[in-house]
Parts: sequence; structure tokens; C-alpha cells
Amino acid sequence: MSDPLLSVSNLQITVPGADGPRAIVENVSFELQRGEVLGLIGESGAGKSTIGLAALGFGRGAVRLSGGEVLLDGEDLRQMSEAQLRALRGRKVAYVAQSAAAAFNPARTIGEQVIEVQLRHGLASREAALDQARTLFAELALPDPEHFGDRYPHQASGGQLQRAMIAMAMAGRPDLVVFDEPTTALDVTTQVEVLAAMRRVIDQHGTAALYISHDLAVVAQMADRILVLRHGRMVELDTTEAILHHPREAYTQELVAARADRMKELAHAATTPLLDIRAVSAAYGGGAHKVLFDIDVSVHPGETVAIVGESGSGKSTLARVITGLLPPAEGRIEFQGKPLSPALAQRSDDDLRRIQLIHQLPDVALNPRHRVGDVISRPLSMFRGLRGRELETEIARLLALVDLDPALARRYPVQLSGGQKQRVCIARALAAEPDLMICDEVTSALDPLVAEGVQDLLLDLQRRMRLAMLFITHDLGVVRRMADRVVVMQHGRIVEQGTTSEIFTPPCAAYTQRLLDSVPEMRIGWLAERLDVLQTQPV
Amino acid sequence: MIFKLALRRLALGVITIFVVSVLIFSVTELLPGDVATAILGQGATPEAVAEIHRELDLDHPAYVRYGRWLEGFLKGDFGNSLTTNEPVSVQLVPRLMDTLALAGLAALVAVPLAIALGLLAAIFEDRALDKIISTFSLATISVPEFFMGYLLIIILATNLQLFPSLALVEPGMGIFERVYAMALPALTLTFVVMAHMMRMTRAAVIDVLQRPYIEMARLKGIKPWRIVIQHALPNALGPIVTVVALNLAYLVVGVVVVEVVFVYPGMGQYLVDAVSKRDMPVVQACVLIFALVYVLLNLLADIVGILANPRLRHPR
Repeated sequence: MSDPLLSVSNLQITVPGADGPRAIVENVSFELQRGEVLGLIGESGAGKSTIGLAALGFGRGAVRLSGGEVLLDGEDLRQMSEAQLRALRGRKVAYVAQSAAAAFNPARTIGEQVIEVQLRHGLASREAALDQARTLFAELALPDPEHFGDRYPHQASGGQLQRAMIAMAMAGRPDLVVFDEPTTALDVTTQVEVLAAMRRVIDQHGTAALYISHDLAVVAQMADRILVLRHGRMVELDTTEAILHHPREAYTQELVAARADRMKELAHAATTPLLDIRAVSAAYGGGAHKVLFDIDVSVHPGETVAIVGESGSGKSTLARVITGLLPPAEGRIEFQGKPLSPALAQRSDDDLRRIQLIHQLPDVALNPRHRVGDVISRPLSMFRGLRGRELETEIARLLALVDLDPALARRYPVQLSGGQKQRVCIARALAAEPDLMICDEVTSALDPLVAEGVQDLLLDLQRRMRLAMLFITHDLGVVRRMADRVVVMQHGRIVEQGTTSEIFTPPCAAYTQRLLDSVPEMRIGWLAERLDVLQTQPV
Repeated sequence: MIFKLALRRLALGVITIFVVSVLIFSVTELLPGDVATAILGQGATPEAVAEIHRELDLDHPAYVRYGRWLEGFLKGDFGNSLTTNEPVSVQLVPRLMDTLALAGLAALVAVPLAIALGLLAAIFEDRALDKIISTFSLATISVPEFFMGYLLIIILATNLQLFPSLALVEPGMGIFERVYAMALPALTLTFVVMAHMMRMTRAAVIDVLQRPYIEMARLKGIKPWRIVIQHALPNALGPIVTVVALNLAYLVVGVVVVEVVFVYPGMGQYLVDAVSKRDMPVVQACVLIFALVYVLLNLLADIVGILANPRLRHPR
């Protein structure tokens, strides 16, 4: 084989700690040939992004590349000056970030930002650069490629921006592109389009890539080889084929298993629904912006109903309507056979207690200045009037119930991991002894293994306490595991609803089918098959 | 969209001016003392006081006089000065021009200097240059302006004898002579307003420099100064413009003390004289003009802020 494009050996990366530098990446070595795609996979904190940025000779904040070699085309990035690195970045190696919405400057047009690399590195004249940008926009299937560059970032959708960022990375014709979770922030259906665009552009230009993701099924579509990382160390490096089918290390086997399908057994349908939503419509901005149309959903005691759909389908708005945060414009909501006041302010304390909401982002949902114990004690004293010793005991019991050490009650949220924080949120919801829990994308911000743990906890709690759950998600794998019944939503309307097995067994509504088909499967070649299907029957 | 927002701001500005005019009028009504007694002295006979009241139109109820005053103001007629009996507008306009010239000169130096220093401090955040700039500007803002004025007089006028200590400008002076005469008060004002603008520029730019798109620009290999000018500054413009406008307004209004220190014949001197002589039409006119300048500059800042936001400039 010829000389590798990128050769990393014994890479060590540190951050300053209380007692000297602390290693966050240790002893990582790999090679990347021209035109090859290497997947980096692992949980958050595994050092994936840090290694990806090291390929640009970059360390975020106080992060330092403290040992080993990063050879790009035979030259060590660690020995280069800032000016030498600057000459390299964008031209020889480019970066695609996770959130395009954040990575584009809101004050300048997309086109300006795409051609900036060529202009600043003196690769092309302004006219030539604009011309190339238009070609790239067309290759990436962006709408109206002639004028797409004139738009400002807020005038493009999330999926379009993500593709525009790929155009921005490809503009300097780099030999290597680092893709850092480029589809994590997208819906499944949008993800397929972006994956396809990426695959096409990489193939056409023969670009090598580091593809970073925590989703093994996605990486399997993109990568020739996969490097599994954990706690900043290498677990396993092998071909995609071998990682998927013959994982050697226990951790890799666990990762592969977490994605495997499991279907929940059906709970018994009770007679009277706990929550009954009839012909509900809702709008924002005083009726100006209609988002929900004629929704009929019911949830029985002890049952889990999943609400699925892309972003913008009205899933979270439905949760806001049920909790009373957004009074519906039309229709009625009954709870245990009695009408529920539309507005939050008119509901009794008992109504409030019975319906609890768990948010997508535990970071935002927990007050950073309250200790975990204080967070959980609020509903206990407010709804159940617990005081003193009784309160302490109940906090400890609830923490144990969500598999947390009761000693954590004295900690602040910043001292907990993402999974632990979400468990605290669940404990807070349980503290109110609710009849219905609304879970709004509760596991989508968590790493797969941690998410699986939280899902298991919810399933277990539900079985033991006969809780009813409304589970809002865009992840159909989660739906299969968690839900008794499924409601599919699109553009604020219900497309289809039924038991989980009904929904997942063909034939189903076209939109449901598209959602199902868009979930990446953990086998090589899935993306190519999916694209063939999309080309023969455009959506 | 933008037009509607600007129009709404304009309407708010007009309402503010109206409220301020009512306030000014009622406060000057409530001030203790009486013009008639001020003119005639303590031993005035009630007949003489009544005579003066009639002459000065003070025997009508307050709201009638307010109505007339506002009407006159809209026509550019501020009434006559009680002490000199000349129309206020004749006395006021040249002084207003002088004050605006002084404030303008200070702004011309202070605004670019403050923004440049703020940018430098942001680029060299927490390093020596940033510390020096920040300490210096904080020191200047913590000194009262009259003290700063005297300090500059002692150093630059008395000891080094570079500039005149009194800013005496006269009609017919050449532009360079004028600037030379105004140098010290302008410098004093520059020191007073610079810190605030520089701190805000630094804070706003540092805030923007933390954003992911700045990291993206660095990963594209863009030079640091270009990142600051092209990527950070446009996004920091909103807060910077607001503070600049506030300080410009402060320049015009806060000039009072500095003018008195340097015996500069502007609005400040005029207002102080009028207050001590209870010359209410002059006080009312001066204060209302200050309010007008304040509201106008803030209106301008709001509109620039709206224009700086691409979401408002280019709706979906």
C-alpha cells in the first residue's frame, strides 16, 4: 500500500486538571488511506470529537495534543506553527460539525461562507469559487442551486444547512474531511438524504474521511473500517463487516446488541381510558399559526402510547396541550372520565399532580442551583405535604427506585452525568405519584447504552406501578421496545394509529412506511438499497 | 416588517417625548420660589406681584399654559427669557450648536477609539494588553468628570502648557483654532464615555467568539483578525450600537458639568445660569431639547439594531 494520508500513532491528548494534566485520549493509533472512510464510534466522552479535531491540529479550549504523532501526508501537525496549520485547515483537511445551525454565521450568507475557504487560501477567484459552489449545491441536491448561496442561514432548513456545510467543507477540495456527528441533530427521514449526499460527494471526489458518530447503524453505511473508542482508549479497530458480525471485544458486542430490535409484549387494554383527547386543535400566536388539527388520542391505565413523527409534526405541542401549557383552540380533554380544564391556571393541584412531564434535555429541566434532594422534595412537600424525616426517607426511596445512590441527594446537577440527570427528572415526576407520565424525547439526547438503561427503567417502573405513559419520540427502535400502541403524526395531523404490531406490520400508511424505512439498519449496503428505492418511487 | 418595527419605535419615541414634556412642565411648576418675587425681591407688594403674573401670563391655570407652551414648542417658539426678555430660541440655537460641536468632537475621538480598544482587548482576552486596556478604562470611568477635567488642566494646561485651560470659543474662529480651544473639554468627555463603550465591545465580541461558527471559521483556516472583523463584529453590533447611542446621548446631556469647568459657552452653562435665576422658559426648553436628543439617539440605535439583524432584514 502507498503512504497513508493520515497516520496517527500513540496520540495522547490532555486537559489541565487540579493535579496536573489529565489524559482524555491515550495511546490511540490508526492509519487512513487516501479515499478511505474510517468510522470513529463510542459514547460521549470517548474522545471521538477530540481525535477528529486533532486531525486538524486543533484542540478545543485548554485541550492539548501532548504526545504521539499526527502525520498528515507525512508531516506532523503537532510540530507545526499556528500559521502553518492555518494554511492547511480548510484546504487539505476540512471539518463538518454536528449542528449546522450553530456552525453557520447568522450574519452572513451561506454562499459567502462556503467560498470563504477558496478566497482566503487563494485557491480561486471569487467568480470561479461561486461557480464551484453552485455545482456543489447541485451535487448535494440543494433547492435552487443557482441562488441557494444568497440565502442566510435562517432561511434554510436543518437538513439543507447540514448539506450546505458539507459543501463548505468540500469547497477547498480537501484530501480529508472530518465528519463530527453530522446527522445526529436530524430527523430520520432527513438523515437519509444527508447521508446519501455525503456518500455521493465523498465517492465522486475520492475524499478520505473520518466519520464520527455514536450510532453504529449510521457509521456502518459510511465507513470502510470502524474504530471503537471508550474512555479515550482504543477498544477495537477492524473492517465494518467484522465489527458488525464478529465483534471481538465485549464492549463492541454490547454496542451491536443495543441496536438490535426488541418488541414489547402487548399490555391489556382496559375499558375506560385514563386520558381521552377528542377533536383537539391548537394554534400558536393567538390562533394565527395552527399546529394541531382534529387530534383523537386515548391512553388507558398502565398503557404506553407512543407518538411518533418528524420535528414539526406537532408531537411536543400535543404534550403542551395535555399538560395545560397551551390551551387548545377546539376540542376537549377528559381525564378519568372528567373534563380537564384547558388552561394550567384553572387546574386543581390534584389534576397537576396526576399528569407529570419529563423533558428531552435534563440539563435544562433541572435548576443548576438546586441540589438533587431539593429538586425531588418540591413535589413531595407540595403535593403530598411531607416534612422532615419522612421527606428525607422518601427522597432516598425515590432515588433508589430510579437506580441512583441516595447519597446523590446532596449533589448539584452539574456533578451528574446525562443519564443520571434524566433519572433525577424521572424521580421528580414519580414523586408526585402521577397516573400519567408524558415523556418528551427523554432518551434522544443520551448515548445508546445509557438510553437503553433509562428505557429499561421506565418499562420496569411502568410494570410495577401501572403507570400510563405517553412516549413522544422520533426513534422507531424505541417505539418498538416501549409502546403498546402507536400514533403516527405528520404536519399536525394523525396519519395512522394502532397497536405497535399493527403499525409495524405492512401494509401501513405511506408516511409510516417512509419513517420505518428511514431508520438505518445495521448492515452494510442498507443506504444504497434505500437510495435505489427512493429513486424509483420518489416521495 | 422592518418598516413596521421602525414605525412602532418612532411612535414610542413620540409618546416618550410627550410624557417627558408633561414631566418637565409639572416639575418646573412645583419648584419652590416665584419669578415675581425673584424679580421684585422679598418686599414686593401683592399688587406688583399680580402685575408681573399678568405680564408673564402666569394667571392662567397650569394646563392652559402647558397647552400654549407645547404649541409654541412645536412651532419652534420657546417663549421669552424671563430675565433678558429675548426669545429663548435666539439665545439657545448658537449655544446648542456649540454643545453639539463639543460633543461631536468628543464622539469622533471616543467611539472609534473605544471600539478599537474593545476589539483588541477581546482578541487578547486575559492577556497583558487586555488587562492594561481594561484597568486604564476602569480608572477613567471611576473618576468624576469634573475631577478628570481639573486633572487634565493641571497636567496638560498648567504644567505642560499644551492646551488652554479655558475653552473660550468665539464666533468667527477658524476650525483649527476652535478644535484647539475645545481640546481639553473634549478629551475629558472622551475619557468619561470611552470606558463604557470599550467594555461593552469587549464583552459582546468575547461572547460571540465563544460561538461554534467562530470555531468553524478557525477550522477553515481564516486569520484571527479577519475572524474578529468579519465573523464576530457583525454579530456583536446590536449591543455595541445601543451602548454607543447611550453614550452619545450622555455626551450631549452630561456635558453640563464639563462646560462649567472649562467655561465653555454651551447649553450646560446656559442651563445652570437659567436655573439659578429661575428663568423657567429657558430651563424648560433646555431640558426638553436634552430629552429630544436622548430619545432620538436611542431611536437611531434601535433602528440600526433592527437593521443589523439578518432575520429581520431578510425574512424567510
